[in-house]
Amino acid sequence: MNPLLKALTLKSPGDMARLGVILALFGLILFGALRYENFLSQYNILSFLRYNSMFALIALGMAFVIMTGGIDLSVGGTAAMASVVAALLSPYHWAAGLFGGIAAGLAVGALNGFTVTVMRIQPFIATLATMLAAYGTGLLLAGNQSVSVSYDSGFTAIGQDDFLGFPIPAWIALLVYVAGWLVLERLPVGRHVLAIGDGEATAALMGLKVRRTLAAVYIGSGALAGLAGVILASQFGAGQPTEGVGWELFAIASVVVGGTLLTGGSGSVGATLAGALLLAMVFNILNFENGLGWISLSAYWQSVIRGGFLLIVVVLQARLMSRRTGEERV
Amino acid sequence: MTTIETQATATAVPSGKRFFTLAGRYGTVAAFLALILFNVVFTPNFLSLQTLNVNLTQVATIVIVAIGMTLVIATGGIDLSVGSLMAIGGALAPMIFMGTLFPVSSMPAAVALAFVLPVVATGLLGLFNGLLVTRFAIQPIIATLVLFIAGRGIAQVMTNGNLQVFRNEGFQFIALGRVAGIPAQVILMIAIAAIAWAAIRYTMFGRQIIAVGGNEKAARLTGIPVHRVKLLVYMISGALAGVAGLIVVARNSASDANLVGLGMELDAIAAVAVGGTLLTGGRANIVGTVIGALVIQLVRYTLLANGVPDAAALIVKAALILLAVFIQQRAGKS
Repeated sequence: MNPLLKALTLKSPGDMARLGVILALFGLILFGALRYENFLSQYNILSFLRYNSMFALIALGMAFVIMTGGIDLSVGGTAAMASVVAALLSPYHWAAGLFGGIAAGLAVGALNGFTVTVMRIQPFIATLATMLAAYGTGLLLAGNQSVSVSYDSGFTAIGQDDFLGFPIPAWIALLVYVAGWLVLERLPVGRHVLAIGDGEATAALMGLKVRRTLAAVYIGSGALAGLAGVILASQFGAGQPTEGVGWELFAIASVVVGGTLLTGGSGSVGATLAGALLLAMVFNILNFENGLGWISLSAYWQSVIRGGFLLIVVVLQARLMSRRTGEERV
Repeated sequence: MTTIETQATATAVPSGKRFFTLAGRYGTVAAFLALILFNVVFTPNFLSLQTLNVNLTQVATIVIVAIGMTLVIATGGIDLSVGSLMAIGGALAPMIFMGTLFPVSSMPAAVALAFVLPVVATGLLGLFNGLLVTRFAIQPIIATLVLFIAGRGIAQVMTNGNLQVFRNEGFQFIALGRVAGIPAQVILMIAIAAIAWAAIRYTMFGRQIIAVGGNEKAARLTGIPVHRVKLLVYMISGALAGVAGLIVVARNSASDANLVGLGMELDAIAAVAVGGTLLTGGRANIVGTVIGALVIQLVRYTLLANGVPDAAALIVKAALILLAVFIQQRAGKS
């Protein structure tokens, strides 16, 4: 009954899962380092970080949404639309592309917040609809084809250049994750997010601004998806209206692998990053393994393995959860 | 029972709520009639047998999948894997009658197997979804997400991502054949819808589905085998997705694992929502789902026939889903 007590009991299986993902990540890194010659080469590490920053950003926004007990299926469509907006604005100034893309993401996030909090539509159906709308808008803006970015305004530096020997997208992701950690662990909003995930009615009775917090979480997720879209456009030199299919699933899988309970009320920023890196690492290793020539798995295996991975994690999580409720009953 | 409820709401609720109740009950039919009227006036050659055929054959697969989805949603669940299961069913069938899976001795037997085995396979995968939902108590969105991701991958791995082109009159009867001038898939659609409608209305199983979705705890306490009911609806949804997959590949004379059923889960959910089945469960409106699917198909047709780009149709579909769910929820509350 006591929400504080409930939060504490929820913590322990979640913590176990989080420890698990970090151990698994180190295990994979060790495996890769021992097995493949170039696994820890500067080139592999930097390109790994450069490419996967986008997914890490989306996973963070998704983590917050899931902590409130919701879900955001629109992130892939939002990123695709934002990449088009960023590409269209990139000739004017690199900042126009950057902030234009983020603003496009914000707009979808705001629409999600409105449909979830004001129209009171279930998050998955609301964001499923906005996903369609975002793809549609992106395709309309782009005229059904990819839009080349400007190479003169410095826009491509966002995705392609380094700063202090470290890819700029990775810097962005790092900063955003630090900010996300501060919000969740050090600001009242973080507590509010978890309280809402534990029970909206209870949170409202405690006097928390449930609607405002929920809206903020969806807007944040939209903005991060927008930022990911900007990086996508900048890194690959084009706004791509049909990209982003399945990104939401990657993000959800990262969050779940990171030990955040899908029922909301619990979660961790650090473990979400570990979850995203872990999933990305699986594919990195798969590529190396193909390179060795012992096995040859086509790209199609990736989604099978991804689904299998998700299966293992959710089953384990369900086991932990049922053990928890079993304890509560005693 | 329904009439008593209607009287009570009609007298007790203020006019704003009454609007939503009315819109919830008749909105879909009104939208359907309005779309037809619009097309009769503005779309050239709308009132032709060919237009009717095109729309009915297009809508058949949506309806078949959406009926399975209606049953799942009525129990308070959701099935995101239907599109991927369509791809698996659609990939398996040609492999069977073309002999890539095992040697074929007699063609009629192979064609029969090509109808049965894929549907059994997708039904079993649906059962797997149901097991995750019941035995492991995983939320339906996430449980079916697993096969949504992996299912298409499985279909792609099976076919190595290659297009399977074929020509097989026996098998393709399901999509290209006609009985008394009516396309076979339309007959199949009507039959499946009729069976589901009767099952919901007249059978114990139908009542159990509604009871599970309405209040799971109460259903369990009254002795309804909640787990078995859920397992069955996911299995039916999977099997119907398989049937739809067969129709799609038979219609195209080709099976492309990358494309078969892509985005079908959205169309099916949209049809259910527009058709008036509450997404929170406890209600199953089969006729509504059929009309909902027709509305979605007609919207697409209307936009395309009048030169509106496909991308804009996506936005319209999104708005339609949001509006339908919003009205249903408001109507459901009063």
